[in-house]
Order: sequence, then C-alpha cells, then structure tokens
Amino acid sequence: MSELVKKTAAELGSLIASGETSAAEVARAHLDRVAAVDGDVRAFLHVDGETVLAQARKVDERRAAGEELGPLAGVPIAHKDVFTTTDMPTTAGSRILEGWRPPYDATITARLRKAGLVILGKTNMDEFAMGSSTENSAYHPTHNPWDLSRIPGGSSGGSSAAVAAYEAPLATGTDTGGSIRQPAAVTGIVGAKPTYGGSTRYGIIAFASSLDTPGPFARNVLDAALLHEAFSGHDPMDSTSIDKPVPPVVEAARRADVAGLRVGVVKEFAGDGYQPGVTARFNEAVELLESLGAKVVEVSCPNFSYALPAYYLIAPSECSSNLARFDAMRFGLRVGDDGGRSAEEVMALTRAEGFGPEVKRRIMLGTYALSSGYYDAYYGKAQQVRTLIARDFDAAFGQVDVLVSPTTPTTAFPIGERADDPMAMYLADLCTIPANLAGNAAISVPCGLADEDGLPVGLQIMAPVLGDDRVYRVGAAVERALEDRWGGPLLGKAPELAEAAK
Amino acid sequence: MSAITRDEVVHLARLSRLALGDDELDHLAAQLDQIISAVARVQEVAAEDIPPTSHALPLTNVYRPDEVRPSLTPEQALAGAPAAEDQRFRVPRILDEEA
Amino acid sequence: MSTPTVMKFDEALAKFEPVLGIETHIELGTASKMFCGCATGFGAEPNTQVCPVCLGLPGSLPVTNHAAIEGIIKIGLALNCEIVEWCRFARKNYFYPDMPKNYQISQYDEPLCVDGHLEVEVEGETYRIEIERVHMEEDTGKSLHVGGATGRIQGALHSLVDYNRAGIPLVEIVTKPITATEDKAPLVARAYATELRELVRSLGVSDVRMEQGSMRCDVNVSLMPRGASEWGTRTETKNVNSLRSVERAVRSEIERQAAVLDAGGTIVQETRHFHEDSGTTTSGRSKEEAQDYRYFPEPDLVPMAPSRAWVEELRATLPELPAARRRRVQGEWGLSDLELRDVVNAGAVDLIEDTVKAGADAATARKWWMNELSRRATEQGVELAELAITPAQVARIQAMVDAGELNDKLARQVFEGVLAGEGAPDEVVAARGLKVVSDEGALSAIIDQVIADNAAVADKVRSGKVAAAGALVGAVMKASRGQADAGRARELILEKLGAS
Repeated sequence: MSELVKKTAAELGSLIASGETSAAEVARAHLDRVAAVDGDVRAFLHVDGETVLAQARKVDERRAAGEELGPLAGVPIAHKDVFTTTDMPTTAGSRILEGWRPPYDATITARLRKAGLVILGKTNMDEFAMGSSTENSAYHPTHNPWDLSRIPGGSSGGSSAAVAAYEAPLATGTDTGGSIRQPAAVTGIVGAKPTYGGSTRYGIIAFASSLDTPGPFARNVLDAALLHEAFSGHDPMDSTSIDKPVPPVVEAARRADVAGLRVGVVKEFAGDGYQPGVTARFNEAVELLESLGAKVVEVSCPNFSYALPAYYLIAPSECSSNLARFDAMRFGLRVGDDGGRSAEEVMALTRAEGFGPEVKRRIMLGTYALSSGYYDAYYGKAQQVRTLIARDFDAAFGQVDVLVSPTTPTTAFPIGERADDPMAMYLADLCTIPANLAGNAAISVPCGLADEDGLPVGLQIMAPVLGDDRVYRVGAAVERALEDRWGGPLLGKAPELAEAAK
Repeated sequence: MSAITRDEVVHLARLSRLALGDDELDHLAAQLDQIISAVARVQEVAAEDIPPTSHALPLTNVYRPDEVRPSLTPEQALAGAPAAEDQRFRVPRILDEEA
Repeated sequence: MSTPTVMKFDEALAKFEPVLGIETHIELGTASKMFCGCATGFGAEPNTQVCPVCLGLPGSLPVTNHAAIEGIIKIGLALNCEIVEWCRFARKNYFYPDMPKNYQISQYDEPLCVDGHLEVEVEGETYRIEIERVHMEEDTGKSLHVGGATGRIQGALHSLVDYNRAGIPLVEIVTKPITATEDKAPLVARAYATELRELVRSLGVSDVRMEQGSMRCDVNVSLMPRGASEWGTRTETKNVNSLRSVERAVRSEIERQAAVLDAGGTIVQETRHFHEDSGTTTSGRSKEEAQDYRYFPEPDLVPMAPSRAWVEELRATLPELPAARRRRVQGEWGLSDLELRDVVNAGAVDLIEDTVKAGADAATARKWWMNELSRRATEQGVELAELAITPAQVARIQAMVDAGELNDKLARQVFEGVLAGEGAPDEVVAARGLKVVSDEGALSAIIDQVIADNAAVADKVRSGKVAAAGALVGAVMKASRGQADAGRARELILEKLGAS
C-alpha cells in the first residue's frame, strides 16, 4: 500500500500543489489500492482507470499552465452513483438504469471537476438511495472494512466503505434520512449533511426531493469541510438552493473549539433500542465536550418520536412520484416490448423487473399515502408532524447552540440480518431523520468503538439551518480531543485489509 | 384488523404501474400492512391548527429569466432511448388518450 | 357500439336545461419553456428543443420562468380575478408516454388567480361568465401513431413521441358552471371562447391560434330536466380546436344527451372526443376508471408569493381590453350595435383602427375591410387579418381615391394587384397604368364621341331629362375602361348639352 493513500485530502492537496507529487501519481496509488481491496469491499460500481488518469493528467497540465487551483486539486474522490456523470455510467444502484450514460453532469459533478478533484469512480448504494445497509443495491452488497461480514451503512455505503478502506480520501454522498451520517458512523469516518438547499440537487437522481441533501465523506473533519466548501453554494438550476454565502465551514473546522458553547443532549434519543456500547461512547463524548468548556444541558424534543413514521410517509410519497419517470419510454431498461403489448403493459413489466423489493415497497406505500381518501390521514398528518419537529428544533436552539445524539442506535449489523425486515432496517435512521425533516445541518464524527463488538460509534451534532459551521467546529473539537486520547484517528484501529496480489 | 386489504394492494400496484405476481403481492401486502400500522402513529399527534410543511425551508419566488439556453442535440436526447425512429422516441402502442 | 341517436335541438331545449363549463388551455408565447431554457418555436424538427429538464431525465430539476408568471397574472387581471398572495405548484401524477416525468407540474387547490369574470354578448344580450380559476401548468409532448388508420390512436402498432412541446407554459382557465343560457348555450360557449381569445391576444402573451393548438378548449355539458333542481351528470369533450367546433360540440352533446336521457338512459361521466369531420363526439375513457392523480405540493419548486406591488405594476401595463375598446370604437366610428357586431365578428377592429391611424377616415376604412376585403378573404378561405395587405396599404389606396387619382372601381383593381403580390399600391397603380383620366381634352373627346354615338339619349338630356345623362356617363366610363372621373364626366356632358 502506497503511503499516499493514508494521507488526508488536505495533505494530498498541498503535496500536489508543491510539486512533491503529481495528481497522476496520487491517482495511480488510489487505483492500485482499489484494485487491491475492492474485490473484498466492493465499494465501487464503476472504476475506469483510463478516465481517472486522464482527469489527473489534466489537473497536472492545468497546474503546469499556471492555473490557480483550489486546495483539493488533484485529490481523488469516490462519487456516489446517484450523481449524473457524462463520462461514467449512472445507475443509482438500480437495474432499471443499468448502463445509462447521462447527457449532462450534475452541478456537483461539474464543481468537483472545476475544483480539480479526480473522480475515481461511482460508488455502490442502496437502489435509489433507499436503505441503510447498501444491501438494496441491484448489483451487489458492499462490505464494511472493519468487518467484511457487516454492512457499511447506507444508502451511501459504497462511499463510506471506500473512504474507510483508504480507496479514496474523500467521497460524495446524499442524505435523505441519514444516508451520509449513518454510513459514516458505522465505518468510523466523518460524514456531514449540509443545510437543505446549501448544496445543490441538480443532477442527483431524486429519492425524496424535499429531504435529499448531498454532502461530504472524509476521514477527518477538516477534509469534509474542504469538500463541503468546494461543492456548495447557490445553483440557479435548483429552485430550492439557498442564495446566500456558504457558512465558513473550513474556518470552523480549523478553529475546533467549544469553550462557552451550549450543547443540548436530546433526551428522546436514548434508552431501549440503543446498544450499550453506543450509549457508553456517546456519554463519554458528552463528558468530553463538557471538559472542553462546553455547557451541556438536556433538551427535550417531544415530537422527535414521530419523526420516523412521518419520514416513512413523506419520503415514500415523494419517491412514488419521482420514480414514475422510470417507465421504459425515454431511457433505461425496457422489458416485454414484443410488438403486441401496450405502452402501459411494457411500463408495468419494466418497473416490476427493474425495481428491487424495497423500491417497490416504498412506491406502493407512497402511492397509498397520496391516494384520495388517505392523503389527509397520512401525508397530510406527516406534514404537520414536520412542522412540529421544526418547532422542537426552534425551541431547542433557543436554549443551546448545537444538539447532540448518537448517530445511529447500533453499530454495523451483519449483512442479511435486517434484509427482509423493513421495520428493523428503518430504525437505523431514528436519530438522523429529524434534521432531514427540518432541513438542519448535521454531522457524524467517530467517537470510539463499542465494547461489545469493537465497531465504530458515531456522534451526531446538529445545528440550525445554515449553522453548518457550528457542526464542523464542534466535530473538529471532539475529533482533536479524541485523537489526542487515541494517539491518532479511530480508523487506525481498524484491521488491515488483505491486499490482493496484482 | 389489517390496515390495508389485498385488493387495495392490487389497486396500488396498478396505480404504480408495477406488474406484480401473486407471491410478490402477498408478500408486499403483509409488509405494507405492518408498515402502515406503524406509520399511522402520526395520527396520534394532536395537530389542530398546525400548518403542514411541504418544504424544508421557507423560500418563495424563485424564478429564472425568460432566456433561451442551448438544448441537447437530437442525438444526445435519443442516445439513451430504448427505441427511436424518425428522430422520435419509439414507444409501444398507447391504449387510449389520457382521460 | 351503436351510433347514439340524437334529439332535435329545439326539442332537447324544451325538455332540458343545459349547464356548461369550459376549460381552456392557452400556451404562453414565452421565448423559453416553463421550467427550462429550451426554445418554444412551433414547427421545429422533432426533439430539437429538449433538454434533461423537459425530457424528465433523472436528476433534472425545474426552475420557473418569470415571464410565464407575468403572463398568467396579466391574464388573471384581465379576467378580473383576484391574484392570490401565496400559492404552490402541485404534481398531478398519472402515467402517459407523452408526459416525460409521468407527472405534470400544475396547480391543484391553490391556483394563482381566482374568482374572475368575463362578459360576452350573444345577439344583443350580455352573459357574465364567472371564472373559477386560472392556473399555471406545463404542456406535454406529442405522439404520432403509426400503423393504424389515419394516424388515430386506435389500432396503431406503435407511437413516435416528440417532446418539443413538453414543458411549454400552459395556462388553464376554468369557468364556473354556466347556466341560464337556454337555446343560446352553443352560441354563448362560442362567444366565450372568442372573447377569451381576443382578450389574451390583446395582452400579447400568446398567439392563441386554435389551429396550431396554442388555444384548446374542453367543453363540459350536462342537462337538467325542466323542473328539476339538481344538475345532471356531465361529460367533458376534449379536442375542440376551433371556435366553430366549440359551438358544434355543445350543440351535439345537448342533442345526444337529450336523446339518451329521454330514452330513460343515464349519462356516464366520461371524456368524449370531438370529431371535426362529423361534428359529433365519441366516448373516450370513462371517468369511473378512477383517475386518482395523487396531487401533492411540488417539492422541487418553492411557493409563489406575488407581491402586491408587482401585481399592481402588471395591472398598469395592461392594454385597453377588447370590450372597452369596442365601446370606444363604436362611439368614435359611429357604429350601430349591429355594425359593431359585424366588425367584431369579422375580426376587423384592429385592421380598421390601424387603417384609421394610417390616415383613412373610419367610414371608408370600414367599407374596404368589411366589403371588398371580406369578400376576398372569404374567397381565399382565410381570416381577414391573413390577407396579404396591410392597413397602411389600405389607407394609401383610399388616399389616392380622396385625391381623385383613383375612383372606387380602380381602387378595387389596386386591391386585387396588392393581394396578388404585385407590390405596394403605388407600384400596382404604375404597373397597371391605373390613373383616373383627368386630362380634360381626352375626356372631352370621349364625351363628344359618346354624344355622337347616342344622339337619341343626348336629345332627351337636351330636352331637360337630366336623369338620362346617367346612361351617357356609363358609356363614357366604358369607353375609358373605367379610368374616367365619373363626376367630372357628368359635369362636362351636362355642360355640352346645355343642361347644366
């Protein structure tokens, strides 16, 4: 394994900028690492070495031509397969889009290219981002680098696994109910969900439009902040994009202090259903914050207990509509067009074959919730719950600057354990969903290993809308203190992956 | 009592354009019943006078100027089409005009 | 299916009272589409005005066209609507191959404009049509059905879809139920569509061409038995694409429904299709098959909250609306109600007004457009405005008449030349050598010859029967091939015959 793959993104950026190494060399080191470990981890759906090296060489040429490049120029990134890319297939983990080559780049894809990031490949995901384990990928499951028999979280599990396995220092994800934070937590890395509207959705294959939020994965808070800054900001192609400056997340990550900050512990996110090791590490993190000078209080958000049911009405409702376009007419899979069948029949056959069980479940559930006669009792009520959750946040942020909770109630569970038990699977998002419903900023940072299984535990930090800098500031402070205690990043405790011979 | 009948599941499958077999319908009916019973908890919330929230943020009036931007070429537009003919998307016969 | 029998219109009206409702879709003439930057031109090569957004490709997102919202607010204001302070787009979910996302971005329970009205006149009577709502949505693509008979959907083997039209801004205008129109129902429906078209055209927000589909009407009709108090079941007739068809569709549905009801049958709530050729409707999909559109607020677009200042700004830009304009020109031009109606029905208000602006007086401008040019338009089978002549050219021809350079007969020849593409009026006059003979010598010689050839008539005039001079004038005009100034010829004849 090349030492380059252990470097942080910030370090790689400066090594490339100073000419000590080149983007091409860094890309090659990461391609080698992918070749060596991805046979076991299976983080990627698509990697094309030639395309990667061409991008890297272009960055080196731009630099040679004197172009002023950002701090991440030449740094490799794993890109979730939900973002459209013109030079790589985009499938959203679904059979229905197998081999699809979009005619346009997502805004974030374009921004990554502009900043000189080198897109290593497209990462695996739960089909259409629906799931918490990446087992719902139509192609294959992804394995947690800490324990290959366990899930890497989801839906952005390919991205979290790639970063945790040193296949890439950075990755993109999307977070609709926790799909960045939960995978980050269970793989021992950092994952942030920006404020809704702070990072553009244009070119992200939609799951639930009012919740979907793209965000960064990295092995440390500063790297995540650098990536956050590189792809965030107003996009005129997304009507829900916020036309305001990006909060100063990089500065906040460097500042990394919590003295005088008021921290609220969400009372509702504890107790039954929380793994003891998760609770123990979380409590220690809270004590740590107090020792760093934060004022910690307990805060009650009574309506958070309704967040999960509300989410499982709102997200499926929006998805049932968003996924209607996958109909075998303009792009993607077409099944059963034998010249005799009608368009309607071909649509239904294609969708039945092209979508996996979880996607079908959610489409059916959403169709139900929006149907005349049920709308008020389900979708309508869920929208009212959404209002109540936002009010709980408002009240809480009247008392404290940030809220904290465990990111997810358990550590990584074994592959297959919850695969056909949707209700058990949905519990993985229990603590992360409120921030999606209210649009808040949130982050997950590693806070230790659970005693009972030795697997990573995540600390979730939530801040108000456009308070992204606060979550980075607190996250970086926790990270610094814990790394001092551990003598390095948590990931250093992960078992070495066997490298396949070349 | 079930939250959802099998007939309703069949109806939902038709509305959703999913050609599901009997086994799949049975399996889904049981799971949907369980999920709907669970999510029905939202109805416990006393929500008199609570306005619904459809958007995460209270933005309004986002418009773009009426300016023409480049379209795709027909080749790009049709590149991903399952079937094309005469520079158009070829689709199976359509049963009826939209009512 | 047996051909439905029909009841005679008068008989139907004696037994039933019709209730109408009209939904009109109008494509706005913005440069770019409703939610993306694609061009909107009519008649472009297939799939050349499409992008990820209007093709509904995965990942694409809509952004609302500001000019389209201005356009709909102007229409709402012109229809005396209230412009709401806050509203949202909604998704209307249904699967159909010409609709790229399989949902239409529309508005549901929060339309942008509500509670308006439009007054229309039929045979001297004014009907106030109440407007329920005006909302914004997007158009669909267009399918070409291959393999069946005459491009019909029935029997086609497959279809070819062009998405150029998908995403063009569409305004839907919905009336409240229109009652108490009695036997005028078909005419009221037509008058409403006509007035709406004029109104929207005057705003300059759409070309409202029914033959190109930029204005389309769906007509709801129900019948209520005389003496009953509850409305009957309605049908919705789609595909009504000319003003005449609006009238015919209403009439045909009244006749059909009356026959069904009279025979003890019931009306099925359904969509019907209008056929231009037969003037009748046929059954489409039954509404009982339950379209459940599962409307919900469009999460990809933020709410619209038009400020009162903006609305007032737009109100101030409204032009003089057709009704007010008609009242004004009626006064200015001194028209009777009947004359005004003829001018309006001929679509000549603009043309006459522009001709007057170009220097002609109102009476002669109206005369040319309503007589000579209307006749020629009818011959050519086109609208008056489509004739190859401009109001300025009409004014120029009249100016030559006023100057005595042309008489009416010659002027008609100039019209003919201009319409035939021979050039501007002066060019036609020059090329055809059309000048009134005002050379006294030449005229005098012609008159002398005519007097000599018609001695008997000349004697009558000499003996005081001045009226007989008309025959001599006619002969002079004939001899001069119409180029003589008839008035001057008459003066000279009387002078020469000592009868002046």
